Amino acid sequence: MARRYDSRTTIFSPEGRLFQVEYAMEAISHAGTVLAVLSKEGIAMAAEKKVTGKLLDLSLAPGGSGMGGEGTEAWMGGGGEKIFLLNNNILAGLAGITSDANSLVNFARNSAQKHLFSYDEDIPVEMLVQRLCDMKQGYTQFGGLRPFGVALLYMGWDPLYGFQLYQSDPSGNYSGWKATCIGSNHSSAASLLKQDYKEDLTLEEAKSLCLKVMSKTMDSTKLSSEKLEFATMTLHPESKQPLAKIFRTSELDELLQKLELGGTPDEAIGAGEGSGSAVGNVAMST
Amino acid sequence: MECSFGITGKDYVLIAADTSAGRSIVRMKSDENKIKTLGPHLAMAYGGEPGDTNNFAEYIERNLRLYHIRNHFPLLPPSASAWIRRTLAESIRSRKPYAVNLLLGGYDTTTDLPHLYWIDYLGTKAIVPYAAHGMGVYVSLSTMDKWWYEGMDKREGIEVLKKCVDEVEKRLTVALKFNCILIDKNGIHKIDLSEQDPIAKVEASPEETAVEAPNPPIEVGA
Repeated sequence: MARRYDSRTTIFSPEGRLFQVEYAMEAISHAGTVLAVLSKEGIAMAAEKKVTGKLLDLSLAPGGSGMGGEGTEAWMGGGGEKIFLLNNNILAGLAGITSDANSLVNFARNSAQKHLFSYDEDIPVEMLVQRLCDMKQGYTQFGGLRPFGVALLYMGWDPLYGFQLYQSDPSGNYSGWKATCIGSNHSSAASLLKQDYKEDLTLEEAKSLCLKVMSKTMDSTKLSSEKLEFATMTLHPESKQPLAKIFRTSELDELLQKLELGGTPDEAIGAGEGSGSAVGNVAMST
Repeated sequence: MECSFGITGKDYVLIAADTSAGRSIVRMKSDENKIKTLGPHLAMAYGGEPGDTNNFAEYIERNLRLYHIRNHFPLLPPSASAWIRRTLAESIRSRKPYAVNLLLGGYDTTTDLPHLYWIDYLGTKAIVPYAAHGMGVYVSLSTMDKWWYEGMDKREGIEVLKKCVDEVEKRLTVALKFNCILIDKNGIHKIDLSEQDPIAKVEASPEETAVEAPNPPIEVGA
């Protein structure tokens, strides 16, 4: 029955469902987990890297060989896979088809620059979320195209509403959260977050909550920078302007060791086994 | 002959503009309002080619209103000034440019700071503590240089403004009447410069002196 309505994104099934959109959401629930926690002092985000392995050459990629850091350095941070800086004041964590995600990141960065050009200010967080969601929704309605197989977490700061955390899915829906999660095991991670979230978290507590929940949801018992990306959005202590930070691998390991959640010693980085799924060039959920 | 002034103080902006409209040496109207409210905490005084002025002011007003409706919050003064400047800069490079000069004043509710921008038809923008457009420039800037200082309260600001208006009366051959508004954290208020202490009236009856803004004020920030 369902088959007749599967192939076209823009056709409702007799039960009133859009299967292609639902399948896109399904693709995301196999992707690496991304979770974020909001606090008054800032936001923390952790993401599980799926494409790893000792033969993978990341030396020139974003996030390779010590890339990352605060402010403008964050443009080259992350593993180039999960966490991206969209604008000075907005970081995003992505789960889903990597190639779709790259195209969305490009669109988001363009939108943010257009706003800067017209208004000489950083784009407000919700406005950028709306820009992306308008586009994602379009792909569920206009014919001949498939929806973006990507869910995003956006964490950002603007002068109107301060720190904000949003989540969006392939249907083009978005919503604001205090702590949330996308990707594989998102429901169990969400219930862990619900248990341990407190209204008056400090940033340090938010960071540790993020990583603790991550360690419980990921398969491996010990966390390390090899399978993890981590970022924070805070305010610069003096200028009070938003400060994005994507952790370098060494900084992340240091943090993990401090929280006693793992952290590979420096000499062992890159020597790990990694599953290194051998499907590099097909559309895969990460 | 046209003339407008803008003065910032500790927590407010004053904007004044003359009320005459005419051609050459003939005055056709002496109660023309050349100040437009653009939002709950934003207003501008405009002058230049008659016709262009009203057209451009309405275009700006409605676009800022549209932005407010779409995004649930108004543009803050710095971003509004950037957008208006760009509109003029694009206009001057078009087949039919607007010849409009303006003083944009606003109160930023997120940082609690007053803002004043001097913008001309070429698309020049300057962030200034006090400014003038029109013939008043030649006689009032020295007055403002002398009497303005950082962090003036509202009554002191009014005094400086009155000195400028007196100077215009004394030095220019044309007699001008002035419209004046005050923008602070409570919104936009009408100021009657002929009164001894116009601020007393604003403080006593804020509702009565309030100027209707095109956008309903909404709560922003924490």
